[in-house]
Amino acid sequence: MIFSYEIPLILLTLATAAGAIWVKDLISSVLLLGTYSFFLSLVWAWLGAVDVAFVEAVVGAGLATVLFLLTLFKTDPKDTRLRRPPPSLATLIVFPLLGVLLLYAASDLPEFGDPNSPASVHISPTYLERSYQDTHTPNVVTSVLMDYRSLDTMVETVVIFASGIACALLLRRKEK
Amino acid sequence: MIRPHDSIIVQTLGRFVIPVVQIFGLYVLFFGQYGPGGGFVGGVILGAGMILSVLIFGHDASRSQVARNVLHGDGVGMMIYAGVGGLCMIGGGEFLNYANLEIPGLETASRRSLGIVLTQIGVALDVTVTAVSIVFSLSAEEIIEDSING
Repeated sequence: MIFSYEIPLILLTLATAAGAIWVKDLISSVLLLGTYSFFLSLVWAWLGAVDVAFVEAVVGAGLATVLFLLTLFKTDPKDTRLRRPPPSLATLIVFPLLGVLLLYAASDLPEFGDPNSPASVHISPTYLERSYQDTHTPNVVTSVLMDYRSLDTMVETVVIFASGIACALLLRRKEK
Repeated sequence: MIRPHDSIIVQTLGRFVIPVVQIFGLYVLFFGQYGPGGGFVGGVILGAGMILSVLIFGHDASRSQVARNVLHGDGVGMMIYAGVGGLCMIGGGEFLNYANLEIPGLETASRRSLGIVLTQIGVALDVTVTAVSIVFSLSAEEIIEDSING
């Protein structure tokens, strides 16, 4: 590899995430959040999860940004500036401790791409071997999502259905 | 109500870009079996194309029959998905076991492939309609004002 792009990528992801929190103007914050989603999708692609990267790029950087912006245009322009109190002492103590705890726990995780990790030996090999014969679908992710785990996907669709109905009920208050 | 955009550059560009976005959404939807993509992403891209057209060419959400009834598509998408599952049960198998779809002249694996395509269409319809309906809901200011005034 001539140019290692992983380090700048992770730095940009962290910088945009921090910027989306720090920036005072809400519209800038929304745009930074979209940028963050785009860099995050590049991270997914780097890790080999192309389907997840696609969803992240389209939903996070595209649709969510548009919906956030429409919401901001609908609300009062005065509300687009935030006034934040400084973080309390408990926050400053608890959150670094939580981070240290998570890093400590992360050292027990299996190596990335380890063929003997539990995720790789349990049922994934069966899916990878039998997916094409069973379903004639070259993309294993799709065959797992829509065939082997179809019931889960159906309930996810129910979630989208319910969210659409809830938005309509809350936002369209009265119709004649 | 969303008014049409004033700039002629935006309108001309929209006329050019929106069909490309829609075609790409359909491509992603039906190519999901062979590469990255699938019902969810395809539906979001289709919905994004429609949102773009609403934002560029304007839409009077308070008077449009489409805006009022667009949410019915949500139920249609769910019905396609659950209906495929029900057809599998009618065919004598478990819920959503596509091998039991009663289609003569297809082997088991091709039936599963067909079931995947059908359910993906259901998911895509649901996601598209939800995205467009949220945008219509956010632009339905006139309805509330009318009801307050009258």
